Amino acid sequence: MTRVVLLALLSHWRAHRLQLATLLIGIALATGLWSAVQAINAEARASYQRANDQLLLGRFDTLRNPSGTIPIEQYATLRRAGWQVAAVLEGSVRIGENRFRLLGVDMVAYPALPAVTQVEEGTAPPDPADMLTAPGRLLTTPAVADRLQNQPSLPPVLISDALPPGLILTDIGVAETLLDRQGQISHLVVLPQQPKGLPALPEITPDLDRIPAADQLDTAQLTDSFHLNLSAFGLLSFAVGLFIVHGTVGLAFAQRRAMIRTLRALGVSMRRLVWTILAELTLLALIGGVLGLLLGFFIAGALLPDVAATLRGLYGAPVSGQISLQPQWALAGLAMALGGTLLASGHALYRLAHLPLLSGAGVQAWRSAASGRRVIAMAGVAAIALGIGAQLAIGGLIAGFILVAGLLTGSALLLPFLLSILLRGFGARANGPVAQWVWSDMRAQLPGLSLALMALLLALAANIGVSTMVSSFRLTFTGWLDQRLASELYLTAADDAQGQEITQWLAPQVDMILPIRNTEIAHESGPLFLYGVLDHPTYRENWPLIATSDGAWDQVMQGRAVLINEQLARRQNLWPGDELALTSATTLPIAAVYSDYGNPTGQAIVAMPLLDMIAPGVETRQFGIRIPPERASALAQELRDRFDLPSGAVVQQAAIKAQSLAVFDKTFVVTSALNVLTLGVAGFAILTSLLTLWTQRLPQIAPVWALGLTRNRLAWLEVLRSILLAALTAVLALPLGLALAWALLAVINVEAFGWRLPMYLFPVDWAYLLALTILAAFVAGGLPALRLLRLPPADLLRVFANER
Amino acid sequence: MNVRAWFLIAVLLLPNWAHAQGYAGLGGSAEGFAIPQRGYQFQFPADHGPHPDYRIEWWYLTANLQGEDGRDYGIQWTLFRSALKPFQTDGWQNPQLWLGHAAVTTPDNHFLAERLSRGGIGQAGVTASPFEAWVDDWYMRGDDLNSLQLRASGAEFTYDLSLTAQGPLVFHGADGYSVKSAEGQASHYYSQPFYSVEGTLHLPEGNVAVQGQGWLDREWSSQPLAADQIGWDWFSLSFDDGDKLMAFRLRGTQQDFTAATWIGADGTTTPLPDGSTRFTPLDTARIAERDIPVRWRVELPERGVDVEVTALTPKAWMATRFEYWEGPIMVSGSHTGRGYLEMTGY
Amino acid sequence: MLLKIDDVRKSYPGGRPVLQGVTLNLDRGQTLALTGESGSGKSTLLNLVGALDGFDGGEITLDGTALSGLDDPGRAALRRESMALVFQQFNLIPSLTVAQNLAFHARLANRLDAEWVDHLATRLGLSELLARYPETLSGGQQQRVAIGRAMATRPKLLLADEPTGNLDETASATVLDLMLSLIAETKAALLLVTHSQDIAGRLDHHAHLSGGRVA
Repeated sequence: MTRVVLLALLSHWRAHRLQLATLLIGIALATGLWSAVQAINAEARASYQRANDQLLLGRFDTLRNPSGTIPIEQYATLRRAGWQVAAVLEGSVRIGENRFRLLGVDMVAYPALPAVTQVEEGTAPPDPADMLTAPGRLLTTPAVADRLQNQPSLPPVLISDALPPGLILTDIGVAETLLDRQGQISHLVVLPQQPKGLPALPEITPDLDRIPAADQLDTAQLTDSFHLNLSAFGLLSFAVGLFIVHGTVGLAFAQRRAMIRTLRALGVSMRRLVWTILAELTLLALIGGVLGLLLGFFIAGALLPDVAATLRGLYGAPVSGQISLQPQWALAGLAMALGGTLLASGHALYRLAHLPLLSGAGVQAWRSAASGRRVIAMAGVAAIALGIGAQLAIGGLIAGFILVAGLLTGSALLLPFLLSILLRGFGARANGPVAQWVWSDMRAQLPGLSLALMALLLALAANIGVSTMVSSFRLTFTGWLDQRLASELYLTAADDAQGQEITQWLAPQVDMILPIRNTEIAHESGPLFLYGVLDHPTYRENWPLIATSDGAWDQVMQGRAVLINEQLARRQNLWPGDELALTSATTLPIAAVYSDYGNPTGQAIVAMPLLDMIAPGVETRQFGIRIPPERASALAQELRDRFDLPSGAVVQQAAIKAQSLAVFDKTFVVTSALNVLTLGVAGFAILTSLLTLWTQRLPQIAPVWALGLTRNRLAWLEVLRSILLAALTAVLALPLGLALAWALLAVINVEAFGWRLPMYLFPVDWAYLLALTILAAFVAGGLPALRLLRLPPADLLRVFANER
Repeated sequence: MNVRAWFLIAVLLLPNWAHAQGYAGLGGSAEGFAIPQRGYQFQFPADHGPHPDYRIEWWYLTANLQGEDGRDYGIQWTLFRSALKPFQTDGWQNPQLWLGHAAVTTPDNHFLAERLSRGGIGQAGVTASPFEAWVDDWYMRGDDLNSLQLRASGAEFTYDLSLTAQGPLVFHGADGYSVKSAEGQASHYYSQPFYSVEGTLHLPEGNVAVQGQGWLDREWSSQPLAADQIGWDWFSLSFDDGDKLMAFRLRGTQQDFTAATWIGADGTTTPLPDGSTRFTPLDTARIAERDIPVRWRVELPERGVDVEVTALTPKAWMATRFEYWEGPIMVSGSHTGRGYLEMTGY
Repeated sequence: MLLKIDDVRKSYPGGRPVLQGVTLNLDRGQTLALTGESGSGKSTLLNLVGALDGFDGGEITLDGTALSGLDDPGRAALRRESMALVFQQFNLIPSLTVAQNLAFHARLANRLDAEWVDHLATRLGLSELLARYPETLSGGQQQRVAIGRAMATRPKLLLADEPTGNLDETASATVLDLMLSLIAETKAALLLVTHSQDIAGRLDHHAHLSGGRVA
């Protein structure tokens, strides 16, 4: 019997193919966007995990010298005192056009690394003698190996996929040669299983700090907020998708009430009906879920390369650009599809289950009552208050997200109430019966549309908030580039000798040659890049300082102070007046803090002579060249020709800026893509809601038509209504979006990226968004309007006839 | 003779190496390494130090000790040197690898530890005069070999011992040129078997003051194993009457090769050729999923030796990068005494 | 002659003929009851007169205007300006109040007479219900609002399709009495579709449709 009932229920979809498609698309969109984000996050997290596992990093305590590297003698001293530690030397190495992270570990002392084991167990295991003695061997992923080809000066490369992307692993003896850092150790790993009765560390090496495994700057932690961002977007898309499901299922139930009544009259119990409908929904959810997974897989695949680039660029986090399909991901996606579908159908199902056997009203009865509007509005106010309260009381990243969540949910809940008030106000002011009818009719439509409009509100606010954040960031970044990239030409020589040769030739014909030199020093907060600068107006006049003290540049140029970047300042809470230990011997007061949007790492600037003192022999290969801008092109070409430099070795300011902006834009491709997708889904939600309301529209429209309005006019009024509702929602979304932008810029960004950005307003973008919204509403309203236009009068007349 | 580490050369570095590499090439060519020469004249103290142009070398000390209550203990302290290439240099590029093995054996327990390092960075090495052999916090040191301080530590034990030589150095084979197979593979091999030992063992059950006898082996070579040799059984026996016997059997797939040195109480030595000693396993114990002979009959008819040798405990399994059995033994029969037994290839 | 129906034919899609040449006339101030079996085409004829649907042949002339020559806007204008309609159900605009519904048609036709609407509301007993929404009214009340809305335009012709068909006997009688007295008062013509001989008997004239023709 259940089978017969199920077949009867399913026959509905044969007659309503568009409805079926809408429902499946709704489920697929919800599942797809959510799963895509999940897949991206999972892949990124798996990459971090892999990186940690493969290097066994983060699992052991480390010993670090707060003010520099560790000499081999200190390692031997620790060892001879019984401490089981392993030496690690890491740094970035330039090979050809690319830079890679090079990790040199003492392969004799280090626990067996998965990558090494993999190579050993391979078909052609390398001789340990080759691994440990010159020239050594490099272990890396196939992708990196491809880029290392045709580099005769490099040791032979062994391939392992058990390595984080972009990393080259080798023995520490090989690494110190490649990095030209003989005898240096970045940090020591404290191995498990220490012997009994060891002397205390401070007695042997008082200048080393022991950093517990848990406290080490963890990529996963660092990128948490980024992933939280993505998850929030995914959840938003999911919710918006569910609005579609809710609308469609509601309509389908309404249309099948006659059938259900008949089935019940034929002796099918309500319980059986409910179970059968649940089975039907499950089936549909699974089909939609599978479609969604396919969709999600492709979206994730399309977005992941950019996400990976972003994560690498922002955090130096190793993420591969390839998505891999995990069974638990598919299962979770299907569960979300099923759960979401049932959640979205629950209301309709509940109403159906409580339907009296002989109920007179038709589709009308399905419409949800507007009575709860006030209660919902109160809940909305409470949610907003909670968000603001959390921000005031706790502060920090989590509170930031609570604030955003509170604002978004609260505003969404308030929306029907606010719209209702607005519509009543417009209605009261309306001249003419048609205008009056249009406003009042919109109010009457609100309950059926409010979910879709909430979805639209959220999508719009997210859009405004995120794009304001990104655009503000971009504007700040552009300004910062202008200040920071003051030299007309940037030159990279092959080595110090060529650098000297070129600068000698250049000196008489340019205004100034500014060497760009840096060294990586170990700081307790992680690697710190120390730059040396010459005293020149280029720096004094252009460098973007966000906090400064009197005579900052004089102090720095006299070698008596240091400048640090914003990331270091915020991370370590160091500001002008505080001190920074550069080496065990050199501690300087901080004169100023400068903004730095190029990378997540800490940076400091000292006078050039001080850099030479701290790190003698730092390479001098890069230069900024000041010349009159009109000579830049010609000089760049002459340099290339005369010194046979590759085109990338001499770059004009404009090109670097363009490159930087391109990288910046790529960073936010994901965000904008999700933005557009969410907005699209919201538009689709409005369409489905309007289609759902369609059957209820006839009793509203027919009397007006009968009283002398043409179908043509009525159809345009339908479109106008859709546009007006969307536009009103958009207007309400604007302040919400700006509040969201503020939260992103002033709260979340500081935690996530380490810098605080000023907020700029972009009214043109809003106009564009409003136009887009109106277009979406036009399309969404257009389809029902077209149906109305083509409706035979007989269908309208049927409303007045007794159907009983 | 401590043949035990011959195959360290490749195994040393990484745990999985043995499976990937097998033993191929080890018994073969010496690839630029020096080869032991018959008639070599030892120079001391220089020859107590390392010979980096040879592939493999060790400082191998075992001791049979007793607590004040008469309870038996055994200790092992070994430093292996394995050269990846026949030279040395300062820094990480040094191709000399150093491997330390230490163990304490009691009648019912066996504690062990292992240390690995490369040379050139100060973490491990050997100097001849004053003498010091060390890896990490383990050391064996003194002005010369006559008087040594010995220390090793592990997760469960530490020991600090003083060694004093009561007799001369003894040279195996032909004045220290020790042949290891019928094909003529050989090593330079001498011992100091006359140490009196005293000191303290720090064990989980508490500190134990001990004294007893120690035996140091010094050996180096470059291509010691014959292709068909799969393992060995090595005995050092100190009889209660003062005489000592070093005897080993290299087990081959075709035939075994044996050799021995009779060491008189006064230090005079008699090399005993292949076939003069007979080894018969009497009983095995199941250890580390293998059947290990822990009771033996050892016969040297030429000297009237027919003894039964029993492990103090079968548990003396060295679960290190390469695994073997090394532990104290009790001797009974025609002669009584104590000693050490090493077995590999089971 | 206010309304001339001349040999009007109408088939529904699929070819089933509903009206096969109906001819009827109605003068100003006259009332005519249209009766017939279910499916006899009486409602269809009313809808054609109301310019709600087009016909296939013949002609309908209302106050000198030939309906066949009208396009959709022309028909809408005719409905707005020249007549009023009362249906069996769903006459009212759900989103508007009783007061707004009452005035709606007159405002559409641009001839709102507020005093007249007040008068109608009083006559129809709706004064207390003006702020209410249709869904809160009883069936009889709803039909009274529909009649009020129709009469508010002072129509020359009122078309009514089973206006009491959904009501119980008491409500039915009240609604019919009110409608007929207002028709008499305004001298409007009435074309009323009903299946009830009693109701038909209270009108000036009576036409019976059968098989798509006037019997």
